[in-house]
Amino acid sequence: MKAVKVFGRPRSMFDVKTHYCPGCTHGIVHRLVAECIDELGIQDRTVGVAPVGCSVLLYNYVNCDMYEAAHGRAPAVATGVKRVRPDLVVFTYQGDGDLASIGTAEIVHAANRGENITVIFINNGIYGMTGGQMAPTTLPGQRATTAPSGRDPKLSGYPIRMSEMLAQLEAPGYIARVTVVQPRYVLKAKEAIKRAFQVQMAGKGFSMVEVLSTCPTGWGLSPNESLKRVVEKVMPYYQLGEFKNVEL
Amino acid sequence: MGKVLMKGNEVFAEAAIQAGCRYFFGYPITPQNEIPEYMSRRLPEVGGVYLQAESEVAAINMIFGAAATGARVMTSSSGPGISLMQEGISYIAGAELPCLIVNVMRAGPGLGGILPSQSDYFQATKGGGHGDYRLLVLAPSTLQEAADLIYVSFDLAEFYRNPVMVLADGFLGQMMESVEFRKVESGVTPPDPREWAVGYAKERGKRALIKSLYLNPEELERHNLKLKAKYDAMREREIRFEEYMLEDAELMLVAYGTCARIAKTAVKELRDKGVRVGLFRPISLFPFPYEQIYVWAERVRRIGVVEMSTGQMLEDVLCAAARRCPVEFYGRVGGMVPSVAEVVEFAARL
Repeated sequence: MKAVKVFGRPRSMFDVKTHYCPGCTHGIVHRLVAECIDELGIQDRTVGVAPVGCSVLLYNYVNCDMYEAAHGRAPAVATGVKRVRPDLVVFTYQGDGDLASIGTAEIVHAANRGENITVIFINNGIYGMTGGQMAPTTLPGQRATTAPSGRDPKLSGYPIRMSEMLAQLEAPGYIARVTVVQPRYVLKAKEAIKRAFQVQMAGKGFSMVEVLSTCPTGWGLSPNESLKRVVEKVMPYYQLGEFKNVEL
Repeated sequence: MGKVLMKGNEVFAEAAIQAGCRYFFGYPITPQNEIPEYMSRRLPEVGGVYLQAESEVAAINMIFGAAATGARVMTSSSGPGISLMQEGISYIAGAELPCLIVNVMRAGPGLGGILPSQSDYFQATKGGGHGDYRLLVLAPSTLQEAADLIYVSFDLAEFYRNPVMVLADGFLGQMMESVEFRKVESGVTPPDPREWAVGYAKERGKRALIKSLYLNPEELERHNLKLKAKYDAMREREIRFEEYMLEDAELMLVAYGTCARIAKTAVKELRDKGVRVGLFRPISLFPFPYEQIYVWAERVRRIGVVEMSTGQMLEDVLCAAARRCPVEFYGRVGGMVPSVAEVVEFAARL
């Protein structure tokens, strides 16, 4: 019987090992982005912007024009590219320390201008690259190296729900929250990412997909426990769903 | 195009448009607001884009994004805003992208005031942001010179793949003078941006990677040394200065920008009184004309530096003069501009 290849590496992904920790979901999301780029046939006109964070090295994995950017500034960088070259498909890939803390001004105003870009927002509730410090998305009671007794909302406020916040704005075309901790969620996440790119390609304005992700190293949990934690602890606070979905 | 009477800030903007700049990202701050205002009206007329950013931090990152497409892009601000841009300027220099930044200096530190000053000299010429980099810094002293320097600045930025800063001040930004917008030779031929810019992956057969991150120290050292080689090439080729009535001078004033205009008038008055004084005017502040000043330091009796600061360019002049002759200083600060009479009196004391 002739062997038929039914599963392979997306063309938009380099054939290399990633530097991510075991159980980290960055690899899955990278792959979903690359699959969408392949399926939409846009590899040679896609530009990615990855700011500071574990995924700043995204350019080693996704094969398209890429920028490495300063912490939090990716939406401004993407704005600059897109305003000069509206024919390019521009996406940012940002973590929660980046997007929900140091980069809040840039993300709010890019969304509010209806900047025709796509944002992939990785929310794992912690600063991974710097070693597990508290993020604005860290859940109450969750421990971090800068919240050794767990996040105290009296001291640090409550976790920010960025998708809901940005969905209050008029301009955005698509905002959704997904996760990738089980295969069925992975399929939904891919649909959302593809939809976000399609919204941009149709010129319908700002699109963002928030992906609830893991950080086993930062959380001090095994890969399996991390996946379970997302379902049991994270998803109840950050509900999955579409908050904006413009008609195409 | 004949001569037109225009306000300085509008001259800076129109000169950039004449040079092919079609993209401007900025944020309001006095005393440079006429630049974004002019751009918001003019750029759509020539098929360009003006966008008001949410902050100077965002504006310079929009420049970072836009510059990597190979387009001619510009931003402008004044001291406090330029401070906010330093992070982005460092990234732009690190990623070797061309752009023009105009600083219409106002008095500091902190919020300071909105009147003219030259107190951002250190920030402009010694890096400004983090890391080991330089900007090519040009300091006009008339609006005609500003128009000419801005015209060539884009060629220079693209040739060296480095940000260029035009260092003006509130005086130049707010004054009016007659100007002719004309083609000026830059002396360099920039490469076709399609060789390196984003958005040409298909025709180039190779993607673009815009970055300043090198985690391997050997790689980063190579990158730093490559940048240094560019700065050395600028030191070799891009030093600009003016010598005024120096041939037989015993005293030499050194001033740039607005202070040089004032010093020039003072030199004329002193010459009428028979004082053998001349003016050395650095036009490029990086690269700085150290060698040229050293040659004069061996010939003149004394050097007098005039600045609207407490002595910033002074440090470079001291370094250049290398103790060959005494160097004195006169500065006004806080938005106060030295008068011709003050400079005459200062020179007479030398």
